[in-house]
Amino acid sequence: MQTVDKRDAALRLYLAVGCGAAIGSLLRFLAGVVIVSTLGQSALLATGFVNVVGSFVIMLFATLTGPDGRLSVGPAGRQFVIGGLCGGFTTFSAMSLDAFILLLDGDLPLAAIYLATVILASLAAALLGHGLAARLNN
Amino acid sequence: MNIEACILVLLGGFLGGVGRFFVSRVVGRRVGETFPWGTLVVNVSGALAIGAFAGAARIAGGPVASDMLRSFIVVGVFGGYTTVSSFCLQTLNLAFGGEMSRAAFNIVASAGLCVLAVGAGFWSVVRLAG
Repeated sequence: MQTVDKRDAALRLYLAVGCGAAIGSLLRFLAGVVIVSTLGQSALLATGFVNVVGSFVIMLFATLTGPDGRLSVGPAGRQFVIGGLCGGFTTFSAMSLDAFILLLDGDLPLAAIYLATVILASLAAALLGHGLAARLNN
Repeated sequence: MNIEACILVLLGGFLGGVGRFFVSRVVGRRVGETFPWGTLVVNVSGALAIGAFAGAARIAGGPVASDMLRSFIVVGVFGGYTTVSSFCLQTLNLAFGGEMSRAAFNIVASAGLCVLAVGAGFWSVVRLAG
């Protein structure tokens, strides 16, 4: 019985991550369509936007639902948002490809600035999300 | 944008997310959780794959570079598989735990290895086919 329960719990986590990532990926796709096609901005900006927003949300949620958090959410619910929605919404592969294409075009400075800016802005957004959640927890 | 592309992104994102969860758990169990190797392996392998796809799209064009396949594979599977948010969460947790050099290593290794991996995937496909 115990192994069945364990397998059941693991299956729930996989489904939570998979469904969250499906929705997160669709939201990333739609954000890209709005930013590039509707607003006429660069695809680099679209990738930067999803990574910064997703990094803010993951830390906000993780801190709000953490050990000292004010929200109580089960393991599957946490993975739905953290591993699923945020993981699916953000993308390291598209960002790396963007940087590589800039390198192929011979634009080393822009490739370096782009990669450093998006990564540092994502880390800063994550720190901001953590700080906001910590304040809400008190 | 159309409904077919949205469905392909949903399906690809599901597969990518499940793949990421599987790989990061397996890697975490094998090498331990003191450093986020799982996410690093996920992001570097995803970068290698997207580079290979970009190489194939460049030389083959046509169906390989079609919007439908791109929506499913690049936006859905590879985009859902790789993650910046978990990378940030784990980097901050290393920093909060006082492990500043490990946090810095994670940033430099992730950025450097992922761009290198895109190049490796891209050039190996272009060379092999060319």
